[in-house]
Amino acid sequence: MSRRGLAFAAGGLLLAILYPLLVRAAGAAGLPIAPNYLINVGMLVCFTAFIGQSWNIAGGFAGLMSFGHVVFFGTGAYGMAILQVTYGWNPWLAWPVAAALGAGVGWLIGALAFRAGLRGSYFALITLAFAEVFRILANSVPFTRGGLGLLIKAEPHPANLQFRDPIWIYYLALLLCVIALLIAWQLTRTRFGARLVAIRENEDAARALGIDVYAEKVKVLALSGAMGAAGGAFYVQKYLYVDPWIAFGVDKSVEMLLVSMVGGAGTIFGPLIGAGALTAINEITRTLASVVPALKNVQPLSLIVYGAMLVLIVARLPDGLASLFGRKRREAGRA
Amino acid sequence: MLEVRHLSKAFSGLKAVDGASLDVRAGEIVALIGPNGAGKTTLFAAIAGFHRPDAGTVRFDGADITGLAPHRICAAGMVRTFQITQPFAKISVRENIMVGAYARTADRTTAAVRAEVIARQVGMARQLDQLGADLTVAGRKRLELARALATGPRLLLLDEVMAGLNPTEITEIVDVIQAIRTSGVTILLIEHVMQAVTSLAERVYVLNQGRVIAEGTPAAIAADPGVVEAYLGHGAAARLGGGHA
Amino acid sequence: MPDPVIILAGVLNGLLAGGIYVLVAVGLTLIYGVLHIINFAHGSLLMLAMYAVFFLWRLLGIDPYVALPIVIAASFAFGYVLYRGLIGRFSHGRDENILLITLGLAIVFDNVALLLFTGDTQTIDVAYAGTIVQLGAAFLPLPKIVSFLAAIVLCAVLGLVMARSQLGKAIRAVAHERQGARLVGIDVEQVFAISYGVGIACLGAAACLLMPTFYVSPTSGHAFVLIAFTTVVLGGMGSFVGAAVGGLIIGVTESLGGLLLGEQLGQIGISLIFILILLLRPTGLFGAGR
Repeated sequence: MSRRGLAFAAGGLLLAILYPLLVRAAGAAGLPIAPNYLINVGMLVCFTAFIGQSWNIAGGFAGLMSFGHVVFFGTGAYGMAILQVTYGWNPWLAWPVAAALGAGVGWLIGALAFRAGLRGSYFALITLAFAEVFRILANSVPFTRGGLGLLIKAEPHPANLQFRDPIWIYYLALLLCVIALLIAWQLTRTRFGARLVAIRENEDAARALGIDVYAEKVKVLALSGAMGAAGGAFYVQKYLYVDPWIAFGVDKSVEMLLVSMVGGAGTIFGPLIGAGALTAINEITRTLASVVPALKNVQPLSLIVYGAMLVLIVARLPDGLASLFGRKRREAGRA
Repeated sequence: MLEVRHLSKAFSGLKAVDGASLDVRAGEIVALIGPNGAGKTTLFAAIAGFHRPDAGTVRFDGADITGLAPHRICAAGMVRTFQITQPFAKISVRENIMVGAYARTADRTTAAVRAEVIARQVGMARQLDQLGADLTVAGRKRLELARALATGPRLLLLDEVMAGLNPTEITEIVDVIQAIRTSGVTILLIEHVMQAVTSLAERVYVLNQGRVIAEGTPAAIAADPGVVEAYLGHGAAARLGGGHA
Repeated sequence: MPDPVIILAGVLNGLLAGGIYVLVAVGLTLIYGVLHIINFAHGSLLMLAMYAVFFLWRLLGIDPYVALPIVIAASFAFGYVLYRGLIGRFSHGRDENILLITLGLAIVFDNVALLLFTGDTQTIDVAYAGTIVQLGAAFLPLPKIVSFLAAIVLCAVLGLVMARSQLGKAIRAVAHERQGARLVGIDVEQVFAISYGVGIACLGAAACLLMPTFYVSPTSGHAFVLIAFTTVVLGGMGSFVGAAVGGLIIGVTESLGGLLLGEQLGQIGISLIFILILLLRPTGLFGAGR
């Protein structure tokens, strides 16, 4: 990244760190805002950027467009929940294990799909099928308690990875977001990342130049899986509940994909930009729904806008919002 | 260095390569010529691991590499370019060449430096920051060469690297290829541009309908009636008085 | 292990359902064969058509079978306009672009339905829904048999049109060799739009045939898209025979899956078949190489 880019990033990070404090100060000063609500929105942006980056690494950098990325999210969510509820593990220990499970699932799907040479649309479809298989299993097998879902006992204490004050959840999400950005940044500076881009651009040429395409693809899917699962685990820890729809529902896959496509697939900041845009849309539709009584259901309204955005982005701005920032288009792979 | 013996490859029953054999000795420049559809690119692809031969063997420095995956063959020191250029469109020329350089090093700075050196070698120094998609045909051909060179091969398989170049560019590339050979890289090239073949190659193989029909110095095969017939049709050699190709 | 008679009934019921899946799959494989589009919106469009059938019955009292010509025509028009207005314009030729665009459309359709119709399932109550026909030891609902026969007839008609008519020839020409078709003066864009329309018309027909014995809800789109794709991939993208065979196999699998594994787990059969086919034989049973 250029010096200016680094300066921007540093400034943004500082702002992000101060954000909840500023918001609370403004609330205390009498401004008509709900500080905890705003902090939660900030947390959502960071969190969505994190899971979006999980998709971006595979889909944006390596061109492995998946429609079933929720499979990793759900694996992490259920892993985190089951380890705590059924085996009494401490969540701090369960979290990395959940991420490792995600890596395992990524490795498995990658090994199967890439061994069979699946690419492009066929790969997208098979990931969808895997997510569906996981969802049905989660809904039917006893150790996930099927459709009832799993409830984690609420015992707010840092040792239990549960916090009374939302500010700590925000900072945790911010940390995840920063880690995700660092991972993406590293991809633009390492051989591994350069190879992924080469694979995306032209697999045969990549092969001829000494790249073990199969191995690199599996690796990136495992990494992506680990991130997705870490996100799922975080999610379950915040809401203390998981069921097959939350864990493996297709809406999450769409979100992970959309956030990167809208922001700019294959760029470092794309998922963050996309997360910001999508969260803003969510807030707008929520406000609209509260004002217009007929729109009692917010969720589908947001998704309608998401769907429309996807069509528009692919049609008119395929490189995402990041390409509007000119420079950013060169971030991916820039020396 | 390279020994190809009785290599055959068929597609849907049609034999693209039929029992072809050839040798390339270290330090040579060998050319593979033949009319369109003779099977030259298929032969390259089979040697470089993109197709698994139906029959025959490929030995590189004594080791059997028949049917090995392309990336393994590249690691062993043989790399091919593509007749229809395959640039990495959305990244810069520098980044393109770095992908090749990464075959020999994991360090980014080393790869970047190597990319610049190689770019200068093939005459692309001014285009380092252009996107792959923005290059002209000539530029893309040079990029193919540069990328392959960056992998540090001992044997370079060049597939029609001159196609689409004007005479000046051809002369430049011929010099570049000579320099590459001098630096220790053996070269096997497919070419249609006869000027390049005669000025570069010590030996020439002629392929027609998947079979090697002639082998020798450029002068010898130019006079070979079988070669003339392959290019100009049955009886052409007799009509031309058995002379020039 | 359940009684073989029950298994037989399961197979027969599955075949009957499968007949309708054939109709769904035929539309999808036509769209792929001609436009090389993987129409991810296929399931959602079927769901919308089913709601159309439902409302025609609920608000105007039109029987779903009677509604066939209306719904088929309307579906064709909708598909045609959708292609002309959106898909055709934005596809830019790249395979993945079109997949994403149809995904976006599917999301929009699914959620518009959710917004307008809420998550409730809706069913049609027709007088003859309860009529049972006995075939040997199996008891089969009459509407299912009627739907199956109607599906076969419609597929046959479509097949004849494709084989004999000028339009059919044009469509097959474009499917085979786009540039060549252009060169002989065929309006390729028009053929694309018509083909897409025909594909959606098949969905309209399928909707009419499904509603007497099935339910509709906004999530139906999601369920059907997987069925549709599994059928087409199993049979082979672009192959009509494949769509027919695939549809029947999937129908039986779904039926037996539900019988042997229960309602919930039974659904897994289809996804597993999908995965297995993609891994082992992506070109499907009858498909040409990709």
